[in-house]
Amino acid sequence: MKVYDLPDSHGHFGPYGGIFVAETLISALEDLRIQYERYRSDADFQAEFAHELKHYVGRPTPIYHAKRWSAQLGGAQILLKREDLNHTGAHKINNAMGQALLARRMGKSRVIAETGAGQHGVATATVAARYGMECVIYMGSVDVERQAANVYRMKLLGAEVIPVESGSRTLKDALNEAMRDWVTNVADTFYIIGTVAGPHPYPMMVRDFQAIIGREAITQMQEDYGRQPDALIACVGGGSNAIGLFYPYLDSSIRMIGVEAAGHGVETDQHAATLTKGRPGVLHGNRTYLIQDENGQIVETHSISAGLDYPGVGPEHAWLKDSGRAEYFGITDEQALEAFHALCHYEGIIPALESSHALAYAARLAPALTSDKLLLVNLSGRGDKDMPTVARASHITF
Amino acid sequence: MSRISTLFGKLLQNRRKALIPFITAGDPEPGMMVPLMHELVQAGADVIELGVPFSDPMADGPTIQRSSERALKHRVSLQDVLAMVEEFRESDSSTPVVLMGYANPVEAMGYDAFTARAKACGVDGVLIVDYPPEESVEWVEYLKRQNIAPIFLLSPTTPQRRVERVASLAEGYVYYVSLKGVTGSLHLDLHDVAEKLDGLRSRISIPIGVGFGIRDGATARAVAELADAVVVGSRIIEEIERSPKAEVLTNVHRLVKSLRIAIDAASPAPSAAVKLTHL
Repeated sequence: MKVYDLPDSHGHFGPYGGIFVAETLISALEDLRIQYERYRSDADFQAEFAHELKHYVGRPTPIYHAKRWSAQLGGAQILLKREDLNHTGAHKINNAMGQALLARRMGKSRVIAETGAGQHGVATATVAARYGMECVIYMGSVDVERQAANVYRMKLLGAEVIPVESGSRTLKDALNEAMRDWVTNVADTFYIIGTVAGPHPYPMMVRDFQAIIGREAITQMQEDYGRQPDALIACVGGGSNAIGLFYPYLDSSIRMIGVEAAGHGVETDQHAATLTKGRPGVLHGNRTYLIQDENGQIVETHSISAGLDYPGVGPEHAWLKDSGRAEYFGITDEQALEAFHALCHYEGIIPALESSHALAYAARLAPALTSDKLLLVNLSGRGDKDMPTVARASHITF
Repeated sequence: MSRISTLFGKLLQNRRKALIPFITAGDPEPGMMVPLMHELVQAGADVIELGVPFSDPMADGPTIQRSSERALKHRVSLQDVLAMVEEFRESDSSTPVVLMGYANPVEAMGYDAFTARAKACGVDGVLIVDYPPEESVEWVEYLKRQNIAPIFLLSPTTPQRRVERVASLAEGYVYYVSLKGVTGSLHLDLHDVAEKLDGLRSRISIPIGVGFGIRDGATARAVAELADAVVVGSRIIEEIERSPKAEVLTNVHRLVKSLRIAIDAASPAPSAAVKLTHL
């Protein structure tokens, strides 16, 4: 059997990935790569990571059979990998924890991060508090305004939240600003990137820290169902929860489906469906698909879910798309909301709007399949943070 | 011989150092760019670095970010920037013009189309900030095919192995970033720059320009005593930003002229000068 072994030593996934940064950042990335490669195979480091995931994050997360919803849809059985049950309510903490432990090993006393919806910012602020590290979170000023509860949460945890006023004042600009901070303060600062994007080694490192999702799933499926699922389904913004689930399954032939945010529809200019509608280019340190205009300027995206509202996508997803190993589809705001309400109603689980995109695709696929088929959906986060957005979409004011 | 080599040869004969101002194409507005470029030359610029605006200028500080945003409000594209150079060339056939920007606009246009058109417009060198040498093999081939100089950055943290790699690819001049951080940062350690340039001289045979953090005549003069060229960006952009449109040309002229005078007052150490044979 062909063994998947990407990225190569320069961080390339086929034509994607790589290191596209100014010379000033090269040595910091080289240092990070060397340190990461050292600790990646270090038993003590891995043991501490596993211990923290178990006792602090609350892993393993269960696989839950959504029986009532499956019966209502009539077709394949929908299983949920419950990343929403992690401490801080999403898969983001897996990676934040891994990088925080690496930062400690590297003697860095200050961590910085970018955040869009605030989930990665909260996860980073959480691990910074856990280890007594100084923490600065960059967040577009537009997002600061629309995610006020998460801003407050980060501040409670002791982080400084810096609103970013440049560009479109959203996630991509927060990432630019965090990079600028890092290049200026690299001596004592570790940059915890929240998704499988950025220059090498970030896409690989974040994937490795998130791969606990897929590794647990392989064991749990065998134990609980005596077999592996017929398809894996996960939402894709930058793509960290999806790659975390997919990666341990890459050498199998199990179908993998990434679900992007189609916003108001991929035929409009109000979406964030990068792999469906974007073109390859270079942004944030890597080559990947990007939503851009004809002159190569990055354009603003739209999704009801702030966590999917990003004009790029992890380079490994770009490669998995081109190679045909994974498939990618778009789900609109409206379809995601419908799945959100269905899960609340039939299963008593309030999903994140990001995860609701994956649920919505599963709801479309299930009825076409027989009832003995198993669809494993990554429920990447819980939806408490989305109450104001969902209420607004339903024309309800508190 | 290329315009860049001719220029540095002439400067060396006259024991002078190059002044390289940076402006963003389209800031304050597209119609003012060609007159502004001519004004820079009249005030004493030797090379013009023309910034190609990009939506996500990750390596730039707030001043150049704002400049890029102003240019993009006018929807200035890479094609527009090339047209500006073409127009500038109609009345200036000797001042080298170097484009500086980010990878994605070039990738969107395509290497072949971009390099062919850049050559036709009279572009002499291109510096793509987020193309380090490792990712530049094909790119450099395209540039060299059109006799356009690939310009690269070196930083205080660049290890020897990479300096050699840059030396093997770079033409025209190399651009030494004098401090850690982004453009427009405030502190420049002259002692450190002197030490680092000493180390670079033995491996880099083309001229070395120094930039990032040069904000006044005194610093420009001090840097001119160490390097072959002095690059000034954010300080000029600030002048453009704070000047009423009618006064942009006069104010920028005055600033560049003062930098020219400061640089010409430098007394360069003979060992610091690049050797004529390498040009």
